[in-house]
Amino acid sequence: MTLTSKDTGRRVRGAPGAAGSKPPGGRAKPSGGTRGQGLVAHIFLLPWMIGMIGVTAGPLIASAVLAFTDYDLLSPPQFIGLDNFVRMAGDERFWAAVRVTLVYVLVSVPLQLGFALFLAVVLDKGLRGLSLYRSAFYLPSLLGGSVAIAILWRQIFGENGLVNHVLGWFGIELGSWLQDPSLALSTLVVLNVWTFGSPMVIFLAGLRQIPEELYEASMIDGAGRVRRFVSITIPLLTPIIFLNLILQMISAFQAFTQAHVVSGGSGGPLDSTLFYTLYIYQRGFVNFDMGYASAMAWVLLLVIAAATAANFIVSRRWVYYGDE
Amino acid sequence: MAASTLSRGTLSRGTLSRVARHVVLAVFVLLMIYPLLWMLVSSFKPSNLILSQTGLFPSEITLENYGDGWDALGSPFTLFLGNSLLIGVGSVIGNLFSCSLTAYALARLNFRAGKLYLALTLMTIMLPFHVLVIPQYILFAELGWINTYVPLLLPKFLATDAVFIFLMVQFIRALPRELDQAAMIDGAGPFRIFWSVILPLMQPALITTTIFTFIWTWNDYFGPLLYLTRTELYTVPVALKSLVDTETQSGIGTMFAMSLVSLVPILLFFIFAQRYIIKGIATTGIK
Repeated sequence: MTLTSKDTGRRVRGAPGAAGSKPPGGRAKPSGGTRGQGLVAHIFLLPWMIGMIGVTAGPLIASAVLAFTDYDLLSPPQFIGLDNFVRMAGDERFWAAVRVTLVYVLVSVPLQLGFALFLAVVLDKGLRGLSLYRSAFYLPSLLGGSVAIAILWRQIFGENGLVNHVLGWFGIELGSWLQDPSLALSTLVVLNVWTFGSPMVIFLAGLRQIPEELYEASMIDGAGRVRRFVSITIPLLTPIIFLNLILQMISAFQAFTQAHVVSGGSGGPLDSTLFYTLYIYQRGFVNFDMGYASAMAWVLLLVIAAATAANFIVSRRWVYYGDE
Repeated sequence: MAASTLSRGTLSRGTLSRVARHVVLAVFVLLMIYPLLWMLVSSFKPSNLILSQTGLFPSEITLENYGDGWDALGSPFTLFLGNSLLIGVGSVIGNLFSCSLTAYALARLNFRAGKLYLALTLMTIMLPFHVLVIPQYILFAELGWINTYVPLLLPKFLATDAVFIFLMVQFIRALPRELDQAAMIDGAGPFRIFWSVILPLMQPALITTTIFTFIWTWNDYFGPLLYLTRTELYTVPVALKSLVDTETQSGIGTMFAMSLVSLVPILLFFIFAQRYIIKGIATTGIK
């Protein structure tokens, strides 16, 4: 996976020493005066430091403290120990939110990556019109997070919407998807899958890194298309699959806008679209139950961290990083 | 002999598979884009025809939805577009300023804490926004900044969008150090080198930052939902949401019309800056 643009990347490879910036020669090279760059650096970093302390680290610590309090913005926070967490364990809506979010992550992310990978492979290798297709597939990723698309979705899956119209051709009669607790979440899953364009673009960049010679060699050995895909494409692409998995998983855990607009802010019907973040919002900013909301936010942080760490551990078994 | 059958086989199978691939792709494109086209066409239909006609060729065309939608919320929609534009441009300026300063220091200056700072910055990319938002809200409320744009703009001037720092650090690292050294020999200090050598060379990274910052803030819903409660301060997404809340009066047509208006700036970026968008995703994974 290259993280630099293609042309500069090539230039750098030609210039020894600049590429890694790791080798000891690269670090010690600038002579005298560089020891004293600490002061200058901190002047450059002034906005960053204020932001880090005031907007990021400070609030992070503050929410960790608030998680152990009862606070409604009006009276000062009351320390209540682990009560918020105990309440959570017995809170049915909390568990509904956990269930909804897990289903959403576990269903929509694999589907989204599956489509992304499939279309990236179909698109790869000099197909005419590649950039046109790529654009068409990518467009939904740019739009998918907007309120406008959520509004469109409400109509598409409404009682007389496009989807039911098409299902009608096959004799399937359904009411409004948004009012049916067993169907409402699937509309949001479809919306997330619809934005497969951005992981697809990352897959395409990854596919381009696979050396053509490998395919040629395997063809001479008589390997068929399926064999080449399974034995060359997939193994060499595993680092990119892993990257996409992490990125999409983290963003799916935090989905908010679409659920808020599609369900009209309620997470209904019957809490079937009550995303975790939506419930945090309701507790914190509708009920002003800020201690509880902070505790919930910290649980989310820990779950995301654990899921990411678990992915990294499991990745050792399936991600291939070249010859070791 | 084996070689010739192989090549003939792959040739005919090649054209066949190329056609098959185009068919698969075309079907997918149609499926993906149809809802958008339908919304576009529907926005020009009278509301009562929208749900009964699912095709792309309306029997009746009207501009009524746009006119109605423009004034549906008491204030003209122009106001919300203006508010969103103000926040979008302000955020872009903030991110360009703060992230480039930060990235330069982290990528080029030698000081002991540099690696630690970079690691901290990268960690914040993973941080869910919701862990920070409650204390931020309390802080901004204490400072009397509810119903101002300060909570939306100030963080951008404080380098809190770590993805862009990461993008710029990667970019600066790929620039040859000889350039800095040549400038240093000519007597340029770090500020001079940053301003006259690095910043002009960073143009592609700055463009990517501009595009994504603008699109994200334009689409941002959570921030304005929290901090803006007075209608005249609304940005486009919260204005659209309140159109939805008054759905029965406004009708589908007006919602579609205003939704489309809200997507125009994003579509413009999509059409004119696609190269940078594609490269931005491929290099950093931003969406």
